[in-house]
Amino acid sequence: MAFDWAWLPLLAHGLILTLEITVTCIAFGIAVGIVLALMRVYGGKWLSIPASIYIQIFRGTPLLVQLLMVYYGLPSWGISLSAFTSGVLALGLNTAAYQAEYFRGAIQAVKSGQLLAARSMGMNMVQAARYIVLPQAFRIVIPSWSNELILMLKYSSIVFSITLLDLMGVGKRIASHNFRYFEVYIVVALFYLALVFIITQLLRLLEKRVHIPGLGETAES
Amino acid sequence: MFLQREVLITGIAVIAQSMPMLLRGVRINIELLFALLVLGLLVGTLVALLQVYGGRFFGTLASGYAWIFRSIPAIVLLFLFYFGPSEFGVDIPPFFAAVLALGLRSSAYQSQIFRGALQAIPHGQMMAARSMGMTRIRAIFLIIIPQALRISIAGWSNEFSSVVKDTTLAYVVGLNEVLRRVRIITDRHYDLAMLAYLTVALIFLLLTYTGNWGLGRLEKRLRIPGLQMMRGGTREA
Amino acid sequence: MSLLIVKDIHKAYGGIEVLKGVSFSLEQGETKVVIGPSGTGKSTLLRCINRLSPPDSGHVWLDGVEVTDPKANINALRAEMGFVFQSFNLFSHLTALRNVRIGPIKVKGMNKDAATKLAMEELERVGLSDRADAYPAQLSGGQKQRVSIARALAMSPKLILFDEPTSALDPELIGEVLTVMINLAKEGMTMLVVTHEMGFARSVADEIIFMENGVIVEQGTPGEMFSNPKNKRTGEFLHKINELYGETD
Repeated sequence: MAFDWAWLPLLAHGLILTLEITVTCIAFGIAVGIVLALMRVYGGKWLSIPASIYIQIFRGTPLLVQLLMVYYGLPSWGISLSAFTSGVLALGLNTAAYQAEYFRGAIQAVKSGQLLAARSMGMNMVQAARYIVLPQAFRIVIPSWSNELILMLKYSSIVFSITLLDLMGVGKRIASHNFRYFEVYIVVALFYLALVFIITQLLRLLEKRVHIPGLGETAES
Repeated sequence: MFLQREVLITGIAVIAQSMPMLLRGVRINIELLFALLVLGLLVGTLVALLQVYGGRFFGTLASGYAWIFRSIPAIVLLFLFYFGPSEFGVDIPPFFAAVLALGLRSSAYQSQIFRGALQAIPHGQMMAARSMGMTRIRAIFLIIIPQALRISIAGWSNEFSSVVKDTTLAYVVGLNEVLRRVRIITDRHYDLAMLAYLTVALIFLLLTYTGNWGLGRLEKRLRIPGLQMMRGGTREA
Repeated sequence: MSLLIVKDIHKAYGGIEVLKGVSFSLEQGETKVVIGPSGTGKSTLLRCINRLSPPDSGHVWLDGVEVTDPKANINALRAEMGFVFQSFNLFSHLTALRNVRIGPIKVKGMNKDAATKLAMEELERVGLSDRADAYPAQLSGGQKQRVSIARALAMSPKLILFDEPTSALDPELIGEVLTVMINLAKEGMTMLVVTHEMGFARSVADEIIFMENGVIVEQGTPGEMFSNPKNKRTGEFLHKINELYGETD
């Protein structure tokens, strides 16, 4: 069984795009997610209800539908975005909804005594949130965000369906040329397995470094 | 605004006309959902039992299985199961391939839920069962599993909610599900793409809502005082 | 011949010997109470008897059948020995009634109606027939322990092993459990009880075993033991227990 393995390096190119999309959409998701979470917790009725509706909609509908809607749907309303932008936007808006919920849980897991203590020493609401609650919430939420990163890494593979040549897209293109579906997709799978493994280990290191003894151990995110 | 009023009205009319076709697609999504959940439940329960009671060899094997199927993207699994066999001259219908790919993936997540539940049962339950003369197997089936199943229901609700949405991924292997049918509409009416996708989104909102509502009721009905439900599932993993 | 014979039981955990050769016997209808400081292997002894923790060496016979024989049908033998745990261990997913009848149905193969009737009788016996449909989480500690006694009784055991049955209970709930146990002793149930309840030991036990550091230090009737212990350690222990728990009558 002599195969032509020349296609292997091509996958590495796809891998770079996969990482680009994952990192960008996670960063985007963190930014939007934090805003949404703050709106829900501290926003009062007028901000928390819209945030909550956003979250419900993006969590209640399939990611693939969201992606196709952005790339194929929006142009019919006159908004055309590049495939890369569409991919990052759809994945980012989606993960933002989940991240917002994790972050909200973390904020609420910070014991109310912390806020009281901050207020009792004369901090205003913004100061108490900024210096006391949020720093703790960030550390509590890190495991959930790590999970989300791994999840988006895997879900990012759907962008091949909007013509992008990520790891999956390259794999598909190669397979449709040499018809070696089985080998190609197994190799693609191995690439993802390796990625997941490496990133999981890196995140675990990160979690250890920012860990504060005793914080968040009883709190569920 | 991008929309002119009459365009919108004719658009809605076209979508309304295509509704029965879309809904037949949704039905395929739902059939896929149930088939993959059942497969996932059976395999997932087995994997969890092996992890907890299977000893070192089978335990490691089961954990490896679960890790692999959690770590490979659903899309890659779908392609692997659909196109992979064709290289060896075996043609698998897209529905069957999707059930296998998504079902085995779900089994990995379901095994995590169930394993957590099994491990949450206090050791004293097994001791008490053994002390009245039950064999280990019997104690597992009569005492441990019934409790673990109840603890798992909340986790399974979560898994259900995420898997409902993931059934659309079978679109990529050509399953004639709802997104395929949207393509049929948009091929003819390019200008209706957004409207068509919004319709599908709405359908899924309704589906997840009714699903969650029903499962919430089921959770309540099956709740036993003193047994805490545990969350978990694809998205929470 | 004695109903239960325990001979030279040894048991070690992680290199530490918890039981260092324990022997005694229990007659039909007798109540024996095992006392002694915490961590002296009393609970381990009970678990060695029904092999929930298999002893490293030594022998146990129940009614002439060797429990420690590797070829013995241990599940059948366990069915003849009731076990009451300190932490109750009621099956959390089953109501009180179902907790009591699951053994007769699944282990002894009794039909469901007969088992239900039997279970109701046993619940009645511990004064809980009105709580038959409650789940364990809905019962007080004392009620849980009474259900677990009913669960043991429903198997019609030849003897019941009690592992500190009142230690996990709030003081005000101890009485109801002891009352049930006193009645059982009066009815002639054979019982081996590990407990710190000296009042119970004094008034109910036919004999008391004082254990320390994995061996039996002294054995005798409550009268001998309490009024004039032969061993210095026994006296010291009883004195200390008295100080801790006050007058125990």
